[in-house]
Amino acid sequence: MAVVFDRPHALADVPMHYCPGCGHGIIHRLVAEAIDSIGAEGRTVGVASVGCSVFSYNYFNVDMVQAAHGRAPAVATGVKRANPENIVFTYQGDGDLAAIGTAETVHSAARGENITVIFVNNAIYGMTGGQMAPTSLPGQVTQTSPYGRDVATVGYPVKVCEMLSQLDGPAYIERVAVNSVANIRKAGRAIKKAFRYQDEKKGFSLIEVISTCPTNWGMTPEKAMKWAEENMIPYYPLGVYRDKYAEKK
Amino acid sequence: MAEKVLMKGNEAIAEAAISCGCRHYFGYPITPQTEVAAYMAKRMPKIGGTFLQAESEIAAINMVIGAAAAGVRVMTSSSSPGISLKGEGISYMAGCDLPALIVNVQRGGPGLGGIQPSQSDYFQATRGGGHGDYHLIVLAPASVQEMAELTVRSFDLADKYRVPCMLLADGTMGQMMEPVTLGQSGGGTAEKPWALTGTGMRRPHNIINSLSLTPDELERWNVDRYKRYAQIAANEVMYEEYLCDDADVIVVGFGIAARVARNAVNSARAAGIRAGMFRPITLWPFPKEALFARAATAKAFVSVELSMGQLIEDVELAVRCTRPVSLCSRTGGMIPSPAEVLAAIKAAGAAQKGGN
Repeated sequence: MAVVFDRPHALADVPMHYCPGCGHGIIHRLVAEAIDSIGAEGRTVGVASVGCSVFSYNYFNVDMVQAAHGRAPAVATGVKRANPENIVFTYQGDGDLAAIGTAETVHSAARGENITVIFVNNAIYGMTGGQMAPTSLPGQVTQTSPYGRDVATVGYPVKVCEMLSQLDGPAYIERVAVNSVANIRKAGRAIKKAFRYQDEKKGFSLIEVISTCPTNWGMTPEKAMKWAEENMIPYYPLGVYRDKYAEKK
Repeated sequence: MAEKVLMKGNEAIAEAAISCGCRHYFGYPITPQTEVAAYMAKRMPKIGGTFLQAESEIAAINMVIGAAAAGVRVMTSSSSPGISLKGEGISYMAGCDLPALIVNVQRGGPGLGGIQPSQSDYFQATRGGGHGDYHLIVLAPASVQEMAELTVRSFDLADKYRVPCMLLADGTMGQMMEPVTLGQSGGGTAEKPWALTGTGMRRPHNIINSLSLTPDELERWNVDRYKRYAQIAANEVMYEEYLCDDADVIVVGFGIAARVARNAVNSARAAGIRAGMFRPITLWPFPKEALFARAATAKAFVSVELSMGQLIEDVELAVRCTRPVSLCSRTGGMIPSPAEVLAAIKAAGAAQKGGN
């Protein structure tokens, strides 16, 4: 009998703690597929961050270390410099990467550190119960912006791909989304490419994944996907922001 | 037999680390420890090692965490304000049971403080410094030779017990030049089956973390770690005694303070006062049993330190308040003079005679 669908080998066969409809499950699968695609499960080390995805260390069949809040790219730098032949990735949310870990994010990118950063942007702090994130949209209601994000007092969302693409260091930066089948397929291709680039020693890659948080957005999973499409993607345009090694057209 | 060379204390740390297999250094510039980084920046590229100047002390300690998790010998160095920044990472290292060396070449504080020598990070070092139940192994060198030897010992102890080690020096130790003999230790051979090197598809994945949302599990982790601390306290205590056997007054001090104290003890002896010196080399675990044994014969103790009085608390605890302990200290970058220590010895001795 032909197998038409299976679990990626690098994805552990354990129950996940994520809420129903959360994008992390999809994105975990895409990361595991990417690890499988370059045959790197046995030589990959992942760095989990603080937030809902902290338990990702249980969900990948690869060696994993849990970093302090925001510090995953620094920890990944240490892992990579110790064993440059390992494939090293971080898996971080928006609070972790774009608020408390901004310095580590910017400087690992500026160094062109040969690691892959998976940046899950769902515009909210999930684990702590739905506070305003650095990527929460103007007007977005959260627990700590109950009247909507007021840009006059708390400023504007951080556009990570746009910001990092101004640096000379990064090899590959792309923003993708997991709100539709078509976008999930594109996201999978981008994540695979990021891991392949690292394997080819091309340098720093970051894939920003626009995702959803039905629980803290107070929406059904379906409505959350629609909200991401109608509100997040217009503010955070999808596409390639940097590809040092793109073939000239 | 290796020959003697003249080196700064900070350089001796760096060369000793390299000699025992450390090939990864992550740091951030701060006075008065910058020579460690400068030495590493020169040497590491020539021997296939990694020197990386991080964007902050916070990033540096987290790079240390990554490299330690990957199983290599790794170190960072800093001075007091920088060590405060590393506090979060040091707590994570303790929680993750990661071996590494952290060097603190102390300067005056609090805040930005000054750049002159100090020992006012004693509490921070010996009590852990970050959040949670943990200790570091803390070693205090009192010469350039010991800067080298205790660096090697720190790496060995860290690997043996899976505990981060701190070398607690001060600006004097870092900057002074003395002849030093650098031996080849050839260490770094500890088995690390827990290290993150990739599963090789031959074993289940290794996970290094400090998180448990299950209280009884987290308690068990902490209790297990404290069992290791108890082994360290039983096996690894180091101290030096000088003329303590017949001493009426024992001066307790570490690092540069102990060197001043030794001079003062010699002067006191010349003046007919039976003085001695007790120098803790491991500040944690503190040599409390050895010091308590001295309380059987000594009549008074003097804590000599470059702080407002931190070591003195451990001295009082060690002698279990059976003998008076007085303080002779300067702070803010000042160092007690031998004359000041001698005066403190005389005062402590006189108080005992008067009291008896």
